[in-house]
Amino acid sequence: MGDNRVTIIGPAGQEPHYWLELWRYRELFLILAWRDLAVRYKQTVIGVMWALIRPLFGLIIFTIIFGHVAGLPSEGSAPYPLMVFAGMLPWTFFSTGLAEASYSLANNANLLSKVYMPWLIVPTATVVVALVEFLIGLCVLLALLVWFQFLPGWQIALLPAFVIFLFIATMGPSLWSTALNVRYRDFRYVVPFLVQFGLYVSPVGFASSIVPEHWRLFYSINPMVGIIDGFRWCILGSQTHLYLPGLAMSAGAVGLCLWLGIRQFKKVESSFADLL
Amino acid sequence: MSGTIITVENISKRYVIGYHSGHPERHTSFREMIARGIDEAARRALALVRGQPIVHGDRIEEFWALRNINLEIQPGEIVGIIGHNGAGKSTLLKILSRITKPTEGQIVLRGRVASLLEIGTGFHPELTGRENIFLNGAMLGMTQREIKAKFDEIVAFAEVGRFLDTPVKRFSSGMYVRLAFAVAAHLEPEILIVDEVLAVGDAEFQRKCLAKMDEACRRQGRTILFVSHNMGAIASLCASTIWLHRGLLRMYGPTRQVIPDYLALGLPNQNRVVRLEHISPHNNSAPVRLLTLEWLSDLPLQQGEPIRGRVRLHTRIPLKGAAIEFGFCTPEGTRLLTYEGDGPKAGDAGCYSVEFEADSLPLSPDIYGVEIGISTSELGDLDQVSAAFQVQVLPGLKTRRSTNTGVRLASTWAWAADRGRSGPE
Repeated sequence: MGDNRVTIIGPAGQEPHYWLELWRYRELFLILAWRDLAVRYKQTVIGVMWALIRPLFGLIIFTIIFGHVAGLPSEGSAPYPLMVFAGMLPWTFFSTGLAEASYSLANNANLLSKVYMPWLIVPTATVVVALVEFLIGLCVLLALLVWFQFLPGWQIALLPAFVIFLFIATMGPSLWSTALNVRYRDFRYVVPFLVQFGLYVSPVGFASSIVPEHWRLFYSINPMVGIIDGFRWCILGSQTHLYLPGLAMSAGAVGLCLWLGIRQFKKVESSFADLL
Repeated sequence: MSGTIITVENISKRYVIGYHSGHPERHTSFREMIARGIDEAARRALALVRGQPIVHGDRIEEFWALRNINLEIQPGEIVGIIGHNGAGKSTLLKILSRITKPTEGQIVLRGRVASLLEIGTGFHPELTGRENIFLNGAMLGMTQREIKAKFDEIVAFAEVGRFLDTPVKRFSSGMYVRLAFAVAAHLEPEILIVDEVLAVGDAEFQRKCLAKMDEACRRQGRTILFVSHNMGAIASLCASTIWLHRGLLRMYGPTRQVIPDYLALGLPNQNRVVRLEHISPHNNSAPVRLLTLEWLSDLPLQQGEPIRGRVRLHTRIPLKGAAIEFGFCTPEGTRLLTYEGDGPKAGDAGCYSVEFEADSLPLSPDIYGVEIGISTSELGDLDQVSAAFQVQVLPGLKTRRSTNTGVRLASTWAWAADRGRSGPE
């Protein structure tokens, strides 16, 4: 049963098999994700309920504030709460994923100083936990669709593509954030602030169609704009009009964030093992 | 050259440490203080811009934990790694385990590596024993299939059957360690790297674990690297030993040659003369005091070899029928072996020098505590020096390889073929 795998260890900067290594450690990745999930929901009966309560709560608040009080228009004739929830769903995934992933390296410092694993699997595993909550959120969405007796159009078939897009969009900033947190431990205090800021700037509580036309492209630099628009388009169907230039801009922003995130992450991985 | 399972080429590891340069001298000028402050601020800013770690302190020093290490280890060898604290042993293990990268050099490993640098790595208190077995096993490099196959064995080895489905935070520390060891003991990598993890836990269970690892690895020709301060364990398990001294490879060769040289450099408690009165600071008004122990045989002690020593004592009262006890115990304090001898029937007050001798030390290689006591039948214990100092016992000429410790005695065994039986019932 001998395994004659040859491993070559060299100084920083030599990683010929970085991505192959990740594939080799896929089992450990799944175990870490399972561990984070199990621990999250172990002792709390409310724990599972919490995944349902949070988005519903946000939904109610935003509908009241932006829909009724501010009187902002919904997309087409879709019910305002549905429009809000279609935006909340991806946003919750993004913010939870980003928040959890930001501390993941620092939290697992003790483990990483005793066991070898490609560091990339650590924050990615925490984002998987956010994915599970997302799936629960989808169930809530289904319930809402039934409640409002709203039938989505053919566009809903493209939802999985946007989910993948969302995942990639979350990974970029998450990797960057967790790497930065290893370097500067107080970066963790910046993250909740940024997330909070993002919540109001992104079209979660309102539709991005209210943004004036000539600003829309600029607005789409925020990657979540394109993603939320996409989600709304998939769910609300022909009630909305998908602003394609905005989508392209957001896609570009996502790609850039991912590249920057991975670069920063790899840099920290090779130079900070000693300082974890 | 071919067939080497671990090739270490010119490995060096540098750390950068910063420290604040000493206490402010009385005559430091304000100007100097500002200069130092600016210097540090500039350095930090530069590090920030360059993306390097920020090191605190106004003086920076480079520290080479390892320098130009070259090794070739053959498959199937069990190699010990010894050295004083700070010699670089843990650093070398970390580099071999890929936890940290070397500054220079290259290592080639042919085979799966599992590192035991800590016991219970990854254990999460909220998860049950069962879940932690899978978690810990995966951390150590076992595949899920492997863990499932060995699951029952692991549980049996750990003896935690009933508690398998309770959260580990409810385990006693003993159970925790047993579970962690049980998973580790069932590792079957080509290369196993073990740090001094075996310095914790119930001694009895440790031996069980060590024996199991030893047996599995020896039978299947796996390679083990074993770091320890326990010369006895190294001597009985490892055929060859690496000696690291201040980051350099001092020696790499057969254990029998390396260890004596290492010890010659000075281990604590290998002093020829031990001041007993300093060890047990009783009231100095006690009538009888043991003063010193002087070893007359060679140190370190060896199993099977004669031992001789001299005890000096002082008594204020006349001694009638005194007896001195010389005992060896485990580091935890369990007495294993006692030599005793009677003194003269009557003796005056004053100083005495008592020499004792035993033919052949029947103790297995290990570290033992030494206890000395003097008593009389009338007055009972007069002075006792409990195991506050330790000695090494090394393998002697006739020592067999075994992980069992304690006292070993000679006896006679007669073998005869038994033709009446055909096998087990």
